[in-house]
Order: sequence, then structure tokens, then C-alpha cells
Amino acid sequence: MSGVTVFGSFAAAAIGLGLYGLITNPRPLRKIIAFNLVGSGVFLLFGIVGRRGTAAGVGNDPVPQALVITGIVVAFSATALAIALLLRLFQTGGSLTLGSRAPPGPRSDPSGD
Amino acid sequence: MLAPASALATTTFGFVLVLSVAVPVAGILLAFTLGDRYVRQVALAVVPLGLAIAGAILLAVPQGGGLIVYLLGAWSPPLGVALRADGLSAVMLATTAIVICAVAVFATTDFRPASDARTSFAFWILLLAVWAALNMIFVGGDLFTLYVALELLTFAAVPLVCLDGRAETLQAALRYLVFALLGSVLYLLGAALLYGFYGTLDMVLMSRVVSAQPGVLIAVALMTVGLLAKTALFPLHLWLPSAHAGAPAAASAILSGLVVKGSFFILLRLWFDVIPGLPSLAATQFLAALGTGAIVIGSVVALRQERLKLLVAYSTLAQIGYLFLIFPLAANALGQLETGQAFAAGLLQAISHASAKAAMFLAVGSIYTGLGHDRITGLGGVARVLPLSVLTFAVGGLALMGVQPSGAAFAKELLLQEATRTGQWWWAAVLHAGGMFTTAYVLLVLAYALAPSDQPIAPIQTALPSRDLPALALAICSLLLGLVPWEPYLPISHDVLPKLFSSDGFAKLLLSVLGGATLAILLNPWRHPLAASSGWKALGKVLEPLRRICFGFGNLVEQADGLLREWAAAGISLLLLGLALAVLMFAAN
Repeated sequence: MSGVTVFGSFAAAAIGLGLYGLITNPRPLRKIIAFNLVGSGVFLLFGIVGRRGTAAGVGNDPVPQALVITGIVVAFSATALAIALLLRLFQTGGSLTLGSRAPPGPRSDPSGD
Repeated sequence: MLAPASALATTTFGFVLVLSVAVPVAGILLAFTLGDRYVRQVALAVVPLGLAIAGAILLAVPQGGGLIVYLLGAWSPPLGVALRADGLSAVMLATTAIVICAVAVFATTDFRPASDARTSFAFWILLLAVWAALNMIFVGGDLFTLYVALELLTFAAVPLVCLDGRAETLQAALRYLVFALLGSVLYLLGAALLYGFYGTLDMVLMSRVVSAQPGVLIAVALMTVGLLAKTALFPLHLWLPSAHAGAPAAASAILSGLVVKGSFFILLRLWFDVIPGLPSLAATQFLAALGTGAIVIGSVVALRQERLKLLVAYSTLAQIGYLFLIFPLAANALGQLETGQAFAAGLLQAISHASAKAAMFLAVGSIYTGLGHDRITGLGGVARVLPLSVLTFAVGGLALMGVQPSGAAFAKELLLQEATRTGQWWWAAVLHAGGMFTTAYVLLVLAYALAPSDQPIAPIQTALPSRDLPALALAICSLLLGLVPWEPYLPISHDVLPKLFSSDGFAKLLLSVLGGATLAILLNPWRHPLAASSGWKALGKVLEPLRRICFGFGNLVEQADGLLREWAAAGISLLLLGLALAVLMFAAN
């Protein structure tokens, strides 16, 4: 079994587990962590993609590495934004689930005046 | 649409593409430097500049043979990043600039530094950020740039939902963010697979080598469902109603008019530019079937809403469905997608919805500020108190309904022609039904707004022309879109226009008005504005059994909608949709 297969299976497993958690877990923090797990799986996949030419004598492809770094920055920002929203939600005392209740009727003026 | 010959070298006016992204970003940086006292001035200075840049691109694209290109750092793809604008991008850039301009003028009174410093600071910054991200989507030339732009768009759009900081809107924003992240990570997964196959992410290079391998089809299916989740196509709409209805009026206009179009645009690029030869008839029929579901469910639930903002939000859901009807109609006999008339019609529909829906959300915002509530049944007499707002809503609604010469009417006529030409009569039926549903909820709101009220209404705040006029201008733009010369940008032949004004065109309009009025009476559960008149009582007796059946149907649809907006249902349908798309494409290729 080559390294590509091993890492590929791990990437697939991380993506699958993350998707499962993202869909079934009702708690927002765990959803955010599950999103990060899916993201890690995808980045691992990108890493393997860069190694694929190695057997044919081609060196490591730098483009996927650049993409992974950008992807990590994006995923980090997404996580930070989600955590900030979650903290704010916690402070306002709203319910900490993401269930689908009927959309809210505005109490205060929504146009910002 | 991307011309392959000149697609890999910088053209004369290429640098304008960089400006279209760089100018809003520069505005953001300048606003952060100057602090929250000057943020509004900075934003209002950037808006005309951005409008000028969009105008320059609009002029440069036909001169450059339909395509302008800029290679960042003079590195050519696959190693470098190319920015490209064709007719499609130019039109979308211009639409975005116009809508943002109108929203900015509307918002100047709402988001003053004096009102609430933090909220107004956030609003202006986010407005510019949405603009920069959308422009990047429209000019981005490779799949990874599009991914980054898509994420920037989400990060700018999510805080717009919860500007007022109430727990409900925070929750709506978090739902939106998490579901959008699920969508974008699937898109990234597909992009990673495609890079693995072809060693490039540039769309032009990829379109030359792409073939129907199993892995490629899976990658395309993953990217498609990811983008569908971000576009909120039925049944992946769990975040849309609460997010769009909870945001402040100016933010809702941006979210509903422009933000959902960003991911739809990438979907068009993916299917029409990268893999036009791959899709099967079955997969395109499947996408349009989902669109039909969106039209029916979205419209029925919209007709049963008590709050005006929710009605308009659900109408967005239905109108998104309309956009997906172009996929089967643009396919030729071999199942390959062509950027022909149906494609142009879809884009026209997207533009027309962007301007009309933004205008309607702004009008609803004015009505809300004026009355202090937005219950549809309590709108009686509002036309006397806030005539301009109601007029804006009416004009926007007429444009959306497809009254000649609006963009929606033009698009519908083109799509109907394509349906006849390709012999897909069932999509023509869906188009007619969609028109009736749109008419139904527009007429419903107007019937309540124009009805005389029992007690006099005292507006909380008098109408401000500076708020109503930009919205009205936007609505009128949408109503006149059919008269714009589209030939340099979109493959439209203008001999459709006379047909629009023929008796045939007006018969179609009459059909949708009559059908719409019937649907509005049958499906709306609230007390009808004409219920007190004697004529209505006689009619009511005849209609009563029919109305009861429709109530049952409406309840059923509402329950189904509630179920689909649960996380588990939405997540599982996301995975099933991906599977179904992949299977359908496998079967054909």
C-alpha cells in the first residue's frame, strides 16, 4: 500500500466523519469543530495531490501547498467568525441551538434608526 | 463564452479588472484608518468610483473582442492567476454597481455616525466588502480564486444579517454561516479533486482538457451541491428565510439581490465554461426539477406569511428556482450546454431579480419604519400615508411579475421560445405557473396596501424622499431592462422585443394576472381585504369548499418546508443531491 493510498484513506475518513458531525450534531460549537475536521481532510487531500507526480520522477508540486496555506487561512477566519457569533449569542442569552424555529418578528426597529 | 485564443495574455484595458477589486478594498482600509466618523464619507466616495469602473469595463469588453484579461504579476496560468471579464462578467459588474449605489443612497439616513457608531461602521465596511468579493467572483479566472472570493462574500454577508445584534438574528447568522461553510468546503473538495486530475485550476485551460472520467464527475457533483447550498436552492434553503427577513432593510436588499447571485454565477461558469461538454440531459433536468420545487414551495409558503419581509424573503426562494430552469433549456440534442439564448435569458432573469428584489426590500424597509410593523393584514391605508414606498413596491413587483418591457418578461419570452424549440413543453408549463405565483403574492400585498383602512393610521416617521427615490429608480430600472441593447454582451437577438408587445404577449400577461389573483384568493389564509363587500360574500360561498382544500394543501406545504429547514433533513438532502447528480452524470457519460 503506497503512501498516497494511506493518506487518501485518512483524508476520506476525516471528511466523512466531519460531514457526519456537521449534519447530525445539534450543538453549534461541535458543528464548527466538525467543519474544521472536513477542512483538514480536504487540505490533506490537496497535500496528496501535490505528491502524486513523485513516483514519475517529478518533484513535489508547490501549487497545492500554496493553496493549502490559503485554505487554512480561510478556514481559520471562518472559525474565528463563527466563534465570535457564538460568543455573542451566548452573551445575549439566546438559545444555543441552531434548530429551525419560525423566523423572528423584530422587536426593535430593524432599519437601524 | 471565453474566447480561447486571447485568453492567456493581458489585454489593453486589463488593469481595470484589478481596479474593480482593489478600489473597494482600498476604501475598507482607508475607512479603518480614518475611524468611524468618516466611514460613511469614504464609502460614499468609493461608490461613484466603483460605478465608473464598472462603466469602463462595460465599454472595454466589446472593444476587446468580448474579453479582457489581466495576468497578475505577468505570470501566465497554470502557475499564475488570470483575471478575465467577458460580456457575462461586464453585465454582472454593472448590475452590482447600480444596486450597491442605490442601497448606499438609501442607507445614508439609516447608518449615520451619530445613530449607532458601531452598527453604521460595520454596515459601510461590509457593504464595500460584499462589493469587492462580488467583483472578484465576476472577474476571477480560476476555481481557487473563486473559492476565496466566495468565502470573502460569505464573511461579508453573514455579519450583515445580525447588524442589530438581537439573539434571533445572531442565530440566523450562525445558521447561515455554518451551512455556507458546509457548502464551500464541498466546493473546495471538488476543486482539489479537479486539480489532482488536470494539474490546473484555470477555467480556460481546464475546459480544453476536461473529460468524463468518474472522478471528474464526482468532483463536479460535489462542487455543484456546495454551490447549491450557498445559493439556497430548494431543498437546501434552511438558512435563507430567517437570514434575509431578519436583517435591516438595506442589508436584506444586498443579501437577496446580489449575494445569492454570486454562487449562482460560479455555478454558471462551472457548467457552461468548464464542463459544457459533460453534463447529461438527466442531470440538467434534475436541477430544473429542484428549481420547480423551489418555485412551488417558496411561492405557497410566501402566500401564507403574515409578515411582509418574510413574504419577500420566500419570494426570493421561489425566484432562485426560476434561474435553474435554464439548464435543460440550454442543452442541445447531445446533452451539451450551449451559451445561447436560454443562457442569456437566465442571466437576464438574475439581473432583473437583483434590481427588482433589492427595490422591494428597500420599500418594505420604508413601510416598516413608517408603520412600526410589517403585518400584511395591517397594511390597509398605507398607500395614502407612504405613497412612494407602496409605488416602489408595486413597480418592483410588476417588474418581477413580467409586465412588458421588464427584464423578467423578456427572459420569460426567450425561455418559452427555447422550450418550444427544444420540445420541452413541461418547462413552459412551469414558467407559466411561476409567473402566476409571482403575480399572486405581488397582487396580494397590493390588495392589502390599497384597501381602505377602518381606522386612520398615524405613521411613526414621515416618508423620506432620500430613502424612497433610489429604491424607486432601481425598480424602474428593472421595469425597463427589456429595452436595453444586450447584443454586445449576451447572445440575444432583438427580434423578440416586438413579440413582447404583440397581443400574444399581453394574453400571456393576462393569463398570469388572472391565475395569480385566483391563487392569491385561494391560498392566503388571512382575512381578505375585500371580505366585507357583498360581492365577495356571494363569491366566497362558491369558493369555500375549494378554499378549504387549498388550506389543507398549504398546511402540508408549510409543514414540509418546516421539516426541510431542520438541520438533519437539509444535511441529508445535500448528500443525496450530490449522489443523485453524480449518478445521473455517470449514467449519461
